[in-house]
This record gives sequence, C-alpha cells and structure tokens, in this order.
Amino acid sequence: MAETTAVAKKESTFAFGKKERKLLTDPLNDNNPITVQVLGICSALAVTTLMNKALVMSIAVVFVLAFSNLITSLLRTQIPKQVRMIVQLVIIATLVTVVELVLKALDYQTYKDLSVFIGLIITNCIIMGRLEAFAMANSPWKSFLDGIGNGLGYGIILIIIATIREVFGKGTFFNYPLIGNNSDFLINLGSWYLPNNLMVLFPSAMFVIGVLIWIHRAWNKDLIDVS
Amino acid sequence: MGELANIFIKSAFIENLALAYFLGMCSYLAVSKTVKTAFGLGLAVIFVLGITMPINWIINNVLLSETGIFGLDLTFLRLILFIAVIASMVQLVEMVVEKTSPALYNSLGIFLPLITVNCAILGGSLFMVSKEYNFSESIAFGLGGGFGWFLAIIAIAAIREKIQYSAVPPPLRGLGMAFILTGLMGMAFMSLMGIDPGAF
Repeated sequence: MAETTAVAKKESTFAFGKKERKLLTDPLNDNNPITVQVLGICSALAVTTLMNKALVMSIAVVFVLAFSNLITSLLRTQIPKQVRMIVQLVIIATLVTVVELVLKALDYQTYKDLSVFIGLIITNCIIMGRLEAFAMANSPWKSFLDGIGNGLGYGIILIIIATIREVFGKGTFFNYPLIGNNSDFLINLGSWYLPNNLMVLFPSAMFVIGVLIWIHRAWNKDLIDVS
Repeated sequence: MGELANIFIKSAFIENLALAYFLGMCSYLAVSKTVKTAFGLGLAVIFVLGITMPINWIINNVLLSETGIFGLDLTFLRLILFIAVIASMVQLVEMVVEKTSPALYNSLGIFLPLITVNCAILGGSLFMVSKEYNFSESIAFGLGGGFGWFLAIIAIAAIREKIQYSAVPPPLRGLGMAFILTGLMGMAFMSLMGIDPGAF
C-alpha cells in the first residue's frame, strides 16, 4: 500500500500532462522570449549571420537555461532575498563557463566566430528573466521544462533569422553555396541573385526582427501593442 | 594622450557598443520610451562602464594572467569574476551615490540595478580583454563605450517620442517600430565606420 502511494507521488512530481506541455509550447508562440517578452535580443542579433553560429548558440542557451532554472529552483528556499541576484549570476556563470570550455574543445572555429557572445549568455536577459519570474516560485521539474521551452522559443527565432540572413546575405546555407555568382549548385537558376552584404551587417538584423514581430503580431492579434 | 582620445572616439562612434555590436539591447529597447528615463540610464551606463573597466583590467592582468601574482593561467575564472565585480560595483555605486548625492541618486536610482544585466558592461570588459588594451586605454575604452551607448539610447528615445504621432500599422506599433528605427540608425552609424564586408 505504502509502496503504491510512493510511486504515485513520484509520478506526480515528474508528470507530463497538459500543464507541463503548455510550459514547453507557450514560449514558442504566445509568450516567445524574443518577439513578445523582448529578452535576449543582443545575442539574437549578433550570432545570426551564419546558421552554424545560430545553432550552436541555441543549443548553448537551451542547456544553460534549463539547468540554471533547475538549480535555482532546487535552491529557491535557501537563497536569501537580498543576495539572490549574485547567487543566480554565479549559477549562470558557472554553467556558461562549462559551455564555453566544452565548445572550445569540440569546435574551436565556431568558438572563435562566436567570440564574446558565448560569455554574454550570462547577461542574456532571458536567463535572468526566467530565473526571477519562474524558477524562484516553481518546482524543479516545472522550471526545467520552462527552461527548455523558453530556450527552444529563443532558438526557433534565431534559426529563422539566421536562415534569412545567411541565404540572402552570403548565398549559402550551413556554409553550403546555394545562390549567387560563384555557386556550384543550381548554376543557371541561382545566378540571378547577388548576395547582399547588407544582410550580414547590423541594420538588417534589426529589420528582419522588426518584420518578424510585425508578421507575428498581424497573425496573432492578441499581441498588438495598444499604447 | 592622442592615442587615448583616438580610442575614446573610436569606441564611442565607430565601434558603438549598441549600434555596431548589438550590446545592451534589452534595456536599450525597454527604457527608451521617453528621453528623460533614457538620459538617466545612459548616465548610469557611462558611470558603471568607466568604473568596472579598469577594475576588471586589474583583475584580468594581476590575478588571472600567467604573469600575475599567482603565476597560473586562471582565465577560466574570468567570466565569474567579471560578473561578480560588475554586480558588486553596481551595488557599491548605488550605495555611494545614495549617500553623497541624493539628487543624482534620484535620477539614476531605479536604473542602477538594471545595469548588472546590461550586456554592454560585461561585453565591454570582454572586448577589452580580446583587444589587449593597457590600463589607461581600458579607461578610455570604458568611458568612450559608455558615451556611445548614451548617445544611441538618447537618439532612439527622442525618435520614439515623436513617432507616437505617426500612423504606424497596428501590429508594428511599439516594439516592431523600435527595431526598424534602430536598424535605420545603425545604417547612419555605419557611414562612420565604412562598410567592411569581411567584418563579420
């Protein structure tokens, strides 16, 4: 008897019902970290010139966000309110250092390309924002799912932007030539378009996100800014 | 001295932290609705960048480098120490300003805690390391970078105040428009650096 209740209890802490699924899917649309919550813009703009960079960055953010949410949530009753920012920053900084060293060992070229932006995951506001808003008040399992959901919501936007910017800015996709003069693929079909260098520079990232927000809000009218 | 002025101008205009490196965008977009608040945040950023940059320089070169006092390569601790310095400096600055100048505290007050998570500060420190500046150059870089960020946020806030009177399509209102405006400002700032396609 006691055994069955223990099992039931264990199941409920790791349950994966409707609520948990919502934690994962909500950040993909209605509560997207980039286009709705406007968190983590800096890195979204800077690393989206190439698909490689965007993909590595997304994976790094999902990892850091999920585990910092989990750790903060486990410690949430122990952290004194006055120093919580510093405790959270230390948790994040530790995880980011792990990611940085792993990436340096596995893929040195991408590590070089991302330069300071891996380190800047620490100050990526998505992470602090989710820790403050969610992990400090919810159970570890839920926080972990919330971290993964928000990380994915961030990653999806990053990959959309990077696709647009890499294809139109460099004429390549994952460094594989696609369109443009020097293309060895679709030679006759692809040469009508010359890669536009503006797409890999700062302003175009802003325009692409601006238009993305426009499309998102035109499609999901609840999100329109009324002020 | 000319060298330092050069770094100041370069970090303020040509390599503007906000408009060329996308740093500090979260607070840049969130706190740029009116010029008054943008002014307060901009001042606070200059202040904190100018202070943390030399301190992080000392930490990086005296404590963490192989030629420092421990004689060990401790650079893997860099991120943790830098962010700890920034967080504690922000708190310290807040307390000092509150005691010495209540007027300044009232104008900066609420913005100081926000600065801890402004990536322009940590990003500035990391750039300082990768560009291998010396001590006085790092001060010039900190102040110049802060000034450039200050200019950028004031400019966008002034434009956003005016654009309220324009007929922007509803889905683009607010945030979407702020992004497009920043893109246009970035294009204007790009004329200062000369377009270099190999830069990214």
